[in-house]
Amino acid sequence: MTANAPRKSFPSPYDLPAPKGAEGWQELYPYNLVFRDNLKEKENEKFWFCDSQHWPNVFKPFETVGVEFAVRCLGAYNTRHYLIPPANGIEFRIHNGFCYMSPVAVAPELIGARVPHFMERAGYYFQNWDTLLVNWKKKVLATIEEMDAINFEELPEMVDLEVITSGAGIDPTAKMMADYDRLIQLAYKNWEHHFEFLNLGYVAYLDFFGFCKESFPGIPDLAIAKMVMGVDSVLFRPDDELKNLAELAAKSGLADIFAAENSAAGVLGALASSAKGVEWIAAWEKAQEPWFNYTSGNGFYGSDVYWCDNLDLPMGYIQDYIVRAVKGESLHRPKDALIIERDRIAGEYAEILEGEALETFNGKLGLARTVYPYVEDHNFYIEHWTMGVFWRKVRQLSRLLQGYGFWKNPDDMLFLTRDEVRPVLFDLATGWGVGADYIGPSYWPEEIERRRKIYEALATARPEPAFNKPPAEINEPFTIMLWGITTEQVAQWLGDDDEGSTGLKGMAASPGVVEGIARVITGPEQLDQLQQGEILVAPVTSPSWGPVFGKITATVTDIGGMMSHAAIVCREYGLPAVTGTGSASTKIKTGMRLRVDGSNGTVEILG
Amino acid sequence: MGIYTFAFDSVEAPEHDRLGGKCTSLAIMTSAGAPVPPGFAVTTDAFDAVMNQTTLRDHIVTILADLDMDDIAEVDRRASRIRELILTQTVPVAVREETLVAYDSLMELCGGEVPVAVRSSATAEDLPDASFAGQQDTYLWILGRQNVLEKIRECWASLYTSRAIIYRMANNISDEGLSMAVAVQKMVNSRTSGVAMTIDPGNGDRSKIVVDSSWGLGELVVSGEVTPDNFLIDKVMMHVVRRIISDKHEELVPTGHGTVARRDVEPDRRNSPSLSDEELIAVAKLAKSAEKHYGCVQDVEWAIDADLPAGQNVLLLQSRPETVWSQKKQEVKITSNGSGIEAITKSLMAQIGDRK
Repeated sequence: MTANAPRKSFPSPYDLPAPKGAEGWQELYPYNLVFRDNLKEKENEKFWFCDSQHWPNVFKPFETVGVEFAVRCLGAYNTRHYLIPPANGIEFRIHNGFCYMSPVAVAPELIGARVPHFMERAGYYFQNWDTLLVNWKKKVLATIEEMDAINFEELPEMVDLEVITSGAGIDPTAKMMADYDRLIQLAYKNWEHHFEFLNLGYVAYLDFFGFCKESFPGIPDLAIAKMVMGVDSVLFRPDDELKNLAELAAKSGLADIFAAENSAAGVLGALASSAKGVEWIAAWEKAQEPWFNYTSGNGFYGSDVYWCDNLDLPMGYIQDYIVRAVKGESLHRPKDALIIERDRIAGEYAEILEGEALETFNGKLGLARTVYPYVEDHNFYIEHWTMGVFWRKVRQLSRLLQGYGFWKNPDDMLFLTRDEVRPVLFDLATGWGVGADYIGPSYWPEEIERRRKIYEALATARPEPAFNKPPAEINEPFTIMLWGITTEQVAQWLGDDDEGSTGLKGMAASPGVVEGIARVITGPEQLDQLQQGEILVAPVTSPSWGPVFGKITATVTDIGGMMSHAAIVCREYGLPAVTGTGSASTKIKTGMRLRVDGSNGTVEILG
Repeated sequence: MGIYTFAFDSVEAPEHDRLGGKCTSLAIMTSAGAPVPPGFAVTTDAFDAVMNQTTLRDHIVTILADLDMDDIAEVDRRASRIRELILTQTVPVAVREETLVAYDSLMELCGGEVPVAVRSSATAEDLPDASFAGQQDTYLWILGRQNVLEKIRECWASLYTSRAIIYRMANNISDEGLSMAVAVQKMVNSRTSGVAMTIDPGNGDRSKIVVDSSWGLGELVVSGEVTPDNFLIDKVMMHVVRRIISDKHEELVPTGHGTVARRDVEPDRRNSPSLSDEELIAVAKLAKSAEKHYGCVQDVEWAIDADLPAGQNVLLLQSRPETVWSQKKQEVKITSNGSGIEAITKSLMAQIGDRK
């Protein structure tokens, strides 16, 4: 290997060719999401980093809805709702199928004027946090309910007689098109709500964070996270429900039935013949709503599988848990120990302070603890529940249209952007109305095959971590906290990996040191390969991988900061984690022996 | 045991006036369960018995009468005469016998004759604002009863070095009632040793522990002749915040004949960390528990004993109050005091200043 001088800049997106076979990929996505040739100069002035934390895989055209809604709404809260003085939103683009972001700063001369507005608006939310949050939950649940009521059904041979007798004078295609629009709008609405409290949660956290960094120079980020963290997030409730069900099964002497069957249907069938079994089934059904609105994906992909749509998934986890429960293992997270540890840490730092500093510490910590649970909880309501319902409806419509011959495979609608679906519905409505053939079946199957090839070609390449010249220092706090992108991290990306090294550096996201065998997992569908006691290595994890965290001994990810999902869930489970290593999932191979030091943020490949 | 010796693991309460600072601290740490090498104190009663039963004390007062402390040659002359007297004076039988009994039972505890350290433990030493440290002598790797008795006497005599005499005169410390205890302690077979302070001396941050560490015995670290490895540890999380591995060119090691020798550290060890992560955290925990025990910032001397298994090999040699920072107040610049929206706004605004 020749020793290259470290690069100073990442490539321009304009200079990076498409992977072979993916040429013309730009046309798959909305025009405003790609780097446009006539904006080259402007776009090249910005530093872009790849958000493979939320979007680790190539987008299918329909799936851009997630990044568009999420990141637009995030920005709107900073820019238009609260006028967060120094920070606007985050620009986003798609390149070679992956997502890139660039935070937008507020021009220095405009910052001052935003301050009184920010104080009035954000101040109102902080002061009325609890009541507003109660209202938030109502709004979000109402949206989900409305979305859940939408159904895309086959068009009738003739309109209902009632349309005639009531004099309604409207056929079901109007409703179908309106429902589609409504589905999109409802998802948009909950994504707006997603950020209503989130950004404020982060700024309160960052205020406490900044104080701790000044008072205790060099304090580990982890210490701050641990002082603030909740131990009862609803995000962990689905997994807790599975554990309860497993314990109930073990206690009721049903373990053998679970061991003998290998599908949810099989287990449920076998249980139905005993009284204890029927009791268990009742508990299982009770747990499902809402807790099975839970995905082992992250809510951003149409292929994400939700527990309620595939009961084999939660049943498989329960079967694993039963084996451990029968052995007498405790399945539950060490909640009491976590609280004791949290209070010990906060207590020991507080002990060092006195006077105004102590008051400040207690005040900021108190606010951070009030607002922080939202940062964890919202994920269940939006990413899991809302998006679970959303994707189910999208798939329902896709299957309906497949039935009409518009495409070959059930989920092929994902190869259309959401705005391309509207004309398809009109095509359907027209053919149905006119009593003639739909045009789509003669157009879309071929077009979708063309797109699928491009998509598959895009998926063969890993994304460049960033584009263009990075700022001398990354000090945008959201970027650091949420994405784990630091000045050092960027320097490491630029410093052409030295192949001889056996170590990786990342964020010390959850403490502890563990040695063990690596298992590299690049998607939720591979989770069943994980063996007891292995170290999970992944580009990114989702908190909904919850049940596997009972099996593993540590986690290493490519992307993610202190507040990334992997970090939160590992702290909750008391497992060491190193996040944001940049390249763990490509450098480490399954079977390698690792030493993961979650206290110092290092991963060593032992052999 | 009688009044002339005091085992560190004695169930009696240690009295500072009889044991001196160092031995009191060692006895307290031992009873608190701290990993201190075993040993005993030769109490000030022993010193007093030697001085008083033999009229030596009066004799010394006479020798020191009208001494001009600026006349260095004269100070040296009288100092060496006093030391000569202390070294040759017959020790009362009771003192001698009790010391040997204490020594023999220490050797028994160690499973055979092992080297000991003999150190002075002055009653005025180690006080936070009159640092006598380094004014008295320390003898390491002492083997055998006769040698130990001799070194105890040398400790006593070290109260009358020219430096000590001048120091007392300059600071108006009276010689009347001047006394000294001596610590006799199993020699730690230090693979690595150093100091730990339960504060960051760079900025007075009390949430940190600083550890200096080098190969061999600790003397070269204390005297500053070797640049030690330097670690900064978060006291609450026991997380290594900063780690500087230095070029440790020399070490002090036991020769096996009751003496120590300086030697060059071989190349591959010079720049290797002198502590493993586990050992480093064990040292930090030791310092933290010393601080907790004494209720104030501590300056701890520690060693890793090469003879002991991992997990039990970190030994506490000495712990005393830190004297510099604990008298000062930490200066911290806080961007945003208070809490709530005003404080949050201040924090956010401060970030603009950071932006390049």
